[in-house]
Amino acid sequence: MSDARIPLLEASNVAKAFGAVQALTNASLEVYPGEVVALLGANGAGKSTLVKILTGALRPDRGHARIRGKELKVSSPSDARKSGLIPVYQESSMIPDLTVADNLRLTNTRVEPFRRWLDELGGGNLRLDVQVGGLPLATLRILDLARALADEPVVLLLDEMTAALPTDLVQKVLEVVRSQKNRNCGIIFISHRFVEIAAMCDRASVLRDGKTVGALDIEAGVEDRIVEMMLGGNIGTGAAAKNANGGNVRSGAEPRLSAKGVSAGGKLAEVSFELRRGEVLGVAALEGQGQEELFEVLSGFERPCEGTIEVDGEPVSFHHPADAIEAGLAYVPGDRAGALLMQRSVHENIALPFSARASSWGAISRKRESGRVLEAIERLQIDTRAQGEVRRLSGGNQQKVTIGRWVATGAEILLLFDPTRGIDIRTKRQIYPLMREFAVQGASVLYYTSELEEIPLVCDRVIVIFNGRIVATMNAPSADESTLMRAAYGLARASNEDA
Amino acid sequence: MGIFRKESWNFGLLAILALLFLLTKFVQPNYGMRGIEGLAQAALPFAFAAAAQAIVVIAGGIDLSIGSMMAVTSVAAAVLMEGSTEVAAIWITLFVLVLGAAMGALNGLLIVVTRVPDIVVTLAMLFVWEGVALMILKAPGGGASEWLMGLPIGSVDLPGIPEGATAFLPKSLLLLVVCVAIVWVPLRQSRIGLQIYATGSSEEAAYRTGVPVRRSKVAAYAVAGLFAAMGGLVLTASTGIGAPIPGPYLLASVAAVVLGGVVLGGGRGGLVGPIIAVFILRLVRTILTFLSVDPNVTTIIEGTIMVAVVMVGGVLALRARRRKAA
Repeated sequence: MSDARIPLLEASNVAKAFGAVQALTNASLEVYPGEVVALLGANGAGKSTLVKILTGALRPDRGHARIRGKELKVSSPSDARKSGLIPVYQESSMIPDLTVADNLRLTNTRVEPFRRWLDELGGGNLRLDVQVGGLPLATLRILDLARALADEPVVLLLDEMTAALPTDLVQKVLEVVRSQKNRNCGIIFISHRFVEIAAMCDRASVLRDGKTVGALDIEAGVEDRIVEMMLGGNIGTGAAAKNANGGNVRSGAEPRLSAKGVSAGGKLAEVSFELRRGEVLGVAALEGQGQEELFEVLSGFERPCEGTIEVDGEPVSFHHPADAIEAGLAYVPGDRAGALLMQRSVHENIALPFSARASSWGAISRKRESGRVLEAIERLQIDTRAQGEVRRLSGGNQQKVTIGRWVATGAEILLLFDPTRGIDIRTKRQIYPLMREFAVQGASVLYYTSELEEIPLVCDRVIVIFNGRIVATMNAPSADESTLMRAAYGLARASNEDA
Repeated sequence: MGIFRKESWNFGLLAILALLFLLTKFVQPNYGMRGIEGLAQAALPFAFAAAAQAIVVIAGGIDLSIGSMMAVTSVAAAVLMEGSTEVAAIWITLFVLVLGAAMGALNGLLIVVTRVPDIVVTLAMLFVWEGVALMILKAPGGGASEWLMGLPIGSVDLPGIPEGATAFLPKSLLLLVVCVAIVWVPLRQSRIGLQIYATGSSEEAAYRTGVPVRRSKVAAYAVAGLFAAMGGLVLTASTGIGAPIPGPYLLASVAAVVLGGVVLGGGRGGLVGPIIAVFILRLVRTILTFLSVDPNVTTIIEGTIMVAVVMVGGVLALRARRRKAA
């Protein structure tokens, strides 16, 4: 559009590696005055690494960034602020124990323009001497944005800023940010919602596997092209054809676990689904769409605000994770460190829920315990060479231990939250058939994964969550990556449910 | 209402302190001016230790080496002042204060640079500073200048005001207030003070907001060292010699900080609360002594009070939050 002018922000050939993992290989980004640029990319494409580099939280291995043609030498967030790049993140950056006024003092923000922006965002009656910690989340986000705008940014970076906001506030925020366009400031906008991108942005810059693969103008119908770009060569590889499970929709089987109108944590809204006997039900969603809340509710960590959960047709109410375990629901979190006793042995880790469930305070039957543990180790092919301490195992083997402990207790409903995150491909391939095997033997599995290509490999059906609601239910074997991705971005409203 | 709400913890502590004074008067009817003066003197080194610990805890850390730093500064002052002139003693005092700040800053730098947890670093430094103190002075000894020794003794007499009115204001209390205020009031108003609170409250958010988190931490430890040096100086002043073996100041400082409303974990509280808490803990000890309670039971009672007060505070805070949410 305005290529003759000097870009406000110009990042080129940026690369960054973490150990052996190349997070960014060649990323670039240009923002011109008065322009809103969407930064897009699938999970793990390198978005957050690029943001961290621009804001000074990480130093790039290669490449450079310029602001108004001047080399941007940032080694800390405070440097980035000084050069005019002001970020607003998904979580508030307000210091909870300080008052609003003190928070402004911390960033040298002038009170008068802050007040003006606050008024415009609808927070005009807020007093500056209140402590930030007691304020509701939505108010915090307004404070963050008002402070950023009052700092007169050269480039304003909105990183998932709208993710945790109620709809009316999102509208307000978009309005105000759009008005900022006229002031010749540049805006980088990161969002999972195409509606917002379409309403806000002039251009989109797409990252894939650490590379910037293209920039395109936002116009009607551009969504599909963006999805294609994000997926790159993976599109239409016919994952469905390679599908090992051959489809297994058990429409006749009775539901083991059902959620009815479950809302939780302000993020999950009226979610209803059924998990049937012998079924692997996939959950597909972009980051932070409410899937964490769903699993926390089902596993007894959180209580739902509304709705009911039924196990075998009986309504249940969990006050403690132990209640969920008692009801036969086993939760395997994505963060293995949160599930395992890292310093203890494989044996102890597998036996843990077993002994936690011991009906009396008396001795645990060692023999019976050992038998079951060995059976689980055998069945999951856990590498026992380093079994003395779980932390010495590879990530994949650790994950097998967290699954194995529930196999040993004979849990019948498994809730797996991104079990293959950060696991090598070989172990992944061992985990997929294992899931199928569980299902065949009559267990039920709820399977959330951040890698969409796993869905047709593992699942029978899949529900897609967007913005806290189920937006699609599909037959998993026929759900290829681009269909899922479109649904996950809230583009496909239609559900091709058959059962 | 505003100030009362904001400082409710401190007002509560003051109320407890007043009740304890009444109780003391009750069990020992002739407790009076002398008693208060003695209390203030005995509380002085504890109060400086508590102030030192408080600033570090506010910044989100902890310093286990405060007692040892007090020992180092105490013996340094005693050795240097032995036989020195009164004028030189002023310079020595200033030097010792700088020495304390430098020791604290070193603690902070080690934590920030090595990224070893603060509890480990300062535990190690506890032993290091203890060794340094013993190297400076093998056994209690040295001297102190006359004016330094005179500072915390007696009560304030202001010209023109009858002695009866000022008799209840011990000099040691005035010394404490002046020393803490000289450091704390400007710090609380300054940017660096704000950054210390921000760092303790949420390191992540502070970092993202552009707060120099590492510098704030080092500053907090340096100020703690400065307060520890003040504590060391009053130790030398009150005995006239330097003692290389650290007193019971470390645990007492943590107790006072917790009781004083500074949240372990950082970001909240101030220095006034912990200092009032020091007086409460000292006065409880006095009362129990008057009642001729076994000293071993005394420590049990002190521990119980601490847990009870913090628990009650937690319950009150929770109820306040629920009321706000409803």
